[in-house]
Amino acid sequence: MTARDEILARVRAATADVETTAGAWAPLTVPEVAASRADTVGTFAENVADYRAEVVRVPTSESATAIIEALKRHEAATAVVPAGLPEDWLAAATAAARVVIDDGGLTAPELDRVDAVVTAAALGIATTGTIVLDHRADQGRRAITLVPDIHVCLVRSGQLVHDVPEAVRRLRPEDDARPLTWISGPSATSDIELERVEGVHGPRTLVVVLVDEDGDAV
Amino acid sequence: MTTTPTPSRPPVPGPPQDTSPTFVGMPTFHRAARAALDDTQQRRNLHHATRTIRDKRSRAVAELPHWEELRRAGAAAKDEALDHLADYLIRLEERLTAGGATVHWARDAAEANRIVLDIVRAKEAEEVVKVKSMVTQEIELNEALEAAGVNAWETDLAELIVQLGHDRPSHILVPAIHRNRREIRDIFQREMAAVGRPAPKDLTDEPSRLAEAARLHLREKFLRARVGVSGANFAIADTGSLVVVESEGNGRMCLTLPETLISVVGIEKVLPSWDDLGALLQLLPRSSTGERMNPYTTIWSGVHEGDGPQEVHVVLLDNGRTHVLGDRLGRQALRCIRCSACLNVCPVYERTGGHAYGSVYPGPIGAVLNPQLRGTESDIDRSLPWASSLCGACYDACPVGIDIPELLVELRSRVAGDRGRTAESVAMAATTWLFSDPRRLTAAQRATGVAGRLVGDRTIRSVPGLGAWTNARDLPNPPPESFRTWWARERGGGTREGSGR
Ligand code: SF4
Repeated sequence: MTARDEILARVRAATADVETTAGAWAPLTVPEVAASRADTVGTFAENVADYRAEVVRVPTSESATAIIEALKRHEAATAVVPAGLPEDWLAAATAAARVVIDDGGLTAPELDRVDAVVTAAALGIATTGTIVLDHRADQGRRAITLVPDIHVCLVRSGQLVHDVPEAVRRLRPEDDARPLTWISGPSATSDIELERVEGVHGPRTLVVVLVDEDGDAV
Repeated sequence: MTTTPTPSRPPVPGPPQDTSPTFVGMPTFHRAARAALDDTQQRRNLHHATRTIRDKRSRAVAELPHWEELRRAGAAAKDEALDHLADYLIRLEERLTAGGATVHWARDAAEANRIVLDIVRAKEAEEVVKVKSMVTQEIELNEALEAAGVNAWETDLAELIVQLGHDRPSHILVPAIHRNRREIRDIFQREMAAVGRPAPKDLTDEPSRLAEAARLHLREKFLRARVGVSGANFAIADTGSLVVVESEGNGRMCLTLPETLISVVGIEKVLPSWDDLGALLQLLPRSSTGERMNPYTTIWSGVHEGDGPQEVHVVLLDNGRTHVLGDRLGRQALRCIRCSACLNVCPVYERTGGHAYGSVYPGPIGAVLNPQLRGTESDIDRSLPWASSLCGACYDACPVGIDIPELLVELRSRVAGDRGRTAESVAMAATTWLFSDPRRLTAAQRATGVAGRLVGDRTIRSVPGLGAWTNARDLPNPPPESFRTWWARERGGGTREGSGR
């Protein structure tokens, strides 16, 4: 018997007492917190800041300036950007640093010599202060948001959901399944006497630029 | 709580794990615990750790008004997967394969290690980078790889400390909690140079400097590594997605940069559907580190063209799990999502530390899981069901509602049955072990304060040292006098809070 067949036979023997059939269950509704739009945006900003990430909240018209300022503030001389980054954001990055557009060819050691990365996001979750990347063209492959030490990530207020279950529903991988990276603050460890240290292996600086589309009308 | 020892094991579901004894020559829990009690540094660190995490967890849980419903949803999803595990494993395999992954099956540790080693050899790799995974500790993969001449680098800061210190992890979540900053600096300075980039000459014992030393030391390994090895927190049957939840970013490194990724996944990690993440990604981080969300979660579904490893292997591992699954009562232990909340609320764990459990699975869950996974042949596994005062705090904390006290009682009666003694008499004798000398006995009544505080206004189920748990179950809660006050007075050398010295 192959290992596969043997394990499956063991599993069947072990669950011989079960009388229901697979999939016949009614999954319990996963409770989630709902809230008004303004509350979602505010909660998101608050919770991201709580992780000691930098949050910059700007109207759409100022998103480019926010990129330039973030790169300058952290003294990033070089930055990598994904090929699908919106034009005005690319222009902003170029105004602040020497920019490499990722064509998939940069090796990890090459990325290690780049100071920063500027990307969009797939969505943001308010109750947990999380940004999620699904690594589409405006976010790029996973390595570019991992190896450089500074990540400037732009999320539009229209991309925010309030709670985790809604995010999960929206992110369901379909046939063209994409990898996902959920980011909640900069990397951290509490392994040494439980003292929290921000920044171990991922980008040690995370700047979340919250582009407040609702704020535009005001 | 049902306490009648019912014979709940159907015939031959699967053999127990062959990995044991995990740490050869391990003494029984009682003897190991006594040794640990004498180790002041460990006790101090553990005390600080469990208290800190416990407080954080309470705050994170209190923030969600619907926590109990979430727990039920999480438990229901795990139960559905376990009840119909064969169906969901087949579905998972289909979806993983469709996504471009290669699926392997391993009956036991030796088979899993062989599979991993064969892949590493086929890639002609001399080293692998690893993200912390309890399952690879369970199967002792590092040892198997080292024996074959392959270096296995642990990349979690705590695991790195443990590995460089030639040591064993003592806590699921903070495996190096038994080491303080000075010891860590000494270990880095002594050991790093031999295996890669040396520690900076001017390294201090500041945690941020130590973390930076680890970053520099490991980065060269990440950048050149060709094979990564991981476990998975969840494996989603209907999408073929694997999920790794972490804090430091070393997981992302291992899961993203190497050309080849091998994930060893216990068969109990399966979730029926994608939507189940809606509950579990709330339950796990809040129970585990007490955060709203852990810093990084990576989810991948097979191979993603042009992004991350282009060769993806998944090893589905039994190693005693079907043995546990065959037990109708014990099956619920397989819901465990390894959050470690039960450890942090456990008064026994807080005093003895993880090493005393003789397994990679310590604390209350270890006390039920190890004897079930490995059988009750060894002394340590026979003694583990008594590593508890049955106070019930672990059950209250468990995000997937595993009734650990009930399982412990059942296991006690089984072990006792083996010996031809009644469960009651064994329970009576053994529950008191921790307090078996006069000093401990005097302390026992005060010690119940900790139980009272932890279970809130419920009645406690046990008063250690006062007799069998059955008789004491309905005693009203004792006043919440701090266990630590007593501890400082009795054993802690008078340096602790409220010691009065
Ligand atoms: S038994 Fe429950 S509380 Fe303990 S580690 Fe497992 S899931 Fe967490």
